Amino acid sequence: MTDALLDLKGLHKAFGALKATDGVDLTVRPGEIHALIGPNGAGKSTLISQIAGGLTPDAGEVTLLGEAVTGWSVARRARLGLGRTFQVSSLAWEFSVLRNVMLAVQARASGAFGFWRPVRRDESLRAEALGVLDRVRLTLRADDPVSALSHGERRLLEVAMALALRPRLLLLDEPMAGLGPEGTKELTAFLASLKTEAGMLLVEHDMDAVFALADRISVLVYGRIIATGTVAEIRASAAVREAYLGDHLHRKAGVP
Amino acid sequence: MGPELSRENLVNAVLALALLAAPLIAVALDEPFYVTLASRVAILALAGVGLNLALGTGGMVSFGHAAFFGLGGYVAGVAALHGFEGSHFIAWPLEIGGSEHMLVIWAVALVVTAVVALGIGAVSLRTSGVYFIMITLAFAQMIYYFAISLPTYGGEDGLSIYLRSGLPGIEAEDPLTFFLVCYALLLGVIYLLHRLVDSRFGAALQCARMNPERLATLGIAPFPVKLTAFTLSAMITGLAGALFAELNGFVSPAMLSWQLSGEIIIFVILGGVGRLFGPLAGAALFILLESFIGGLTDRWQLVLGLVLLSVVLFARGGVIGLLAGKARHD
Repeated sequence: MTDALLDLKGLHKAFGALKATDGVDLTVRPGEIHALIGPNGAGKSTLISQIAGGLTPDAGEVTLLGEAVTGWSVARRARLGLGRTFQVSSLAWEFSVLRNVMLAVQARASGAFGFWRPVRRDESLRAEALGVLDRVRLTLRADDPVSALSHGERRLLEVAMALALRPRLLLLDEPMAGLGPEGTKELTAFLASLKTEAGMLLVEHDMDAVFALADRISVLVYGRIIATGTVAEIRASAAVREAYLGDHLHRKAGVP
Repeated sequence: MGPELSRENLVNAVLALALLAAPLIAVALDEPFYVTLASRVAILALAGVGLNLALGTGGMVSFGHAAFFGLGGYVAGVAALHGFEGSHFIAWPLEIGGSEHMLVIWAVALVVTAVVALGIGAVSLRTSGVYFIMITLAFAQMIYYFAISLPTYGGEDGLSIYLRSGLPGIEAEDPLTFFLVCYALLLGVIYLLHRLVDSRFGAALQCARMNPERLATLGIAPFPVKLTAFTLSAMITGLAGALFAELNGFVSPAMLSWQLSGEIIIFVILGGVGRLFGPLAGAALFILLESFIGGLTDRWQLVLGLVLLSVVLFARGGVIGLLAGKARHD
């Protein structure tokens, strides 16, 4: 298991009496898209934070790309090779689209400490950032302020900034949220095309996207993984149906 | 370069030229008081330029920058005292005496403020928002009371500087020469900061202000970026403090007071937060109000309050924002 991209062992995190993470074991293998699903309040966000480094678990271990990273900061995990997108778009709001991605390229290439050369005219940063924007088809928006982007474009920019880090593992927190059917289809196809570059842990509510993309699925309910398996196994699991899927499918007609 | 950019450049150039022209005209009209006034503007603008790096670019609302301003002042004062007496600041294990050499005083002021700012920043930057404001204030007050309790250096009464330090070949006792030294430093520092804000470090610092979580997610820890900016900011304000003490021939705990921290914030807000020449516009407006309306009535601060209120309510971009339009974002 040492060559797993991500390995969670016995993760616990409680807020007072609430056990948000209650003994989670989870592995993301190389080349795998691993989906994490679960009803609202299952503890997905808490788990994501412990993987990204924003929260420290009360107990258990996080192993990322073979390194024991449990006590590492967010920034250090990112430098190791973790790219992430946020559930609610988190961008440098006063910068243009291009400068957001340039900052990501800069962060990977050299970090923060260059005090003299103007970054705006830095061709190496520009060229690479434009290349990444081209991949998510935001080239035409490059010089627009981020605040002028549509919701869907912001989601894509999030993905672009994660990609600019050339990550080995992508942590995608509901990338399809609010995209609409057309946008979801496009992003699903795009994420599928990234599989050879990076493994993914995909937290997603859109079941069509999850079933289309995931190699394996883990189901989180009340802080516990109640099942892990292939799409077919999860679909067939009675426990999952009861805890989550059935409920979800019943409501699906009314769910955006 | 968009039209807004060149308009702001134009406003900046006019401001810089006006500040240069004022003392030259004053000398021609034989009104030396106004030369000193222009030096005051240049020096206080420099203090504001320092704070603006932390507050405007980095989003760190320091309410303790008087600590650095005053420390710079005390470096000049203490160096002058020992230089004048021929005594030692430290006699053992190293012999450190006073100095009458301006560059030495500047260098010491920069080093002292950098060391203190690293300490204050390392603690304060673990907080944010109103806690950061309060903790920087608390540190500055500690240094203020420390200065009051130092009888060797004048305690509450402060310390007089009998002879302004000089540069080889430059007679800084001459008011116009001293102004030109301050003016050159101000423009030099503004140029350095212009480079810094546009650099890779500047990009990271601005992201640390806008969205520190995003910066960390990209692999850049916000803390060292902010600490570096806070320290550079303090050094600039400290340098201004050394010049201010030399201008007045006097340094006292008032330079370390929280009122002064507030005034430096006012320069930045009046001129336009985060605008390169904002502190110059703000300090100039402040000094003009103080000198001219203050000459008419003791209640000039009422006018200052109204102006400040108008800026905060109606012109967030400050004087520069009014003259040059909104800041460019790209």
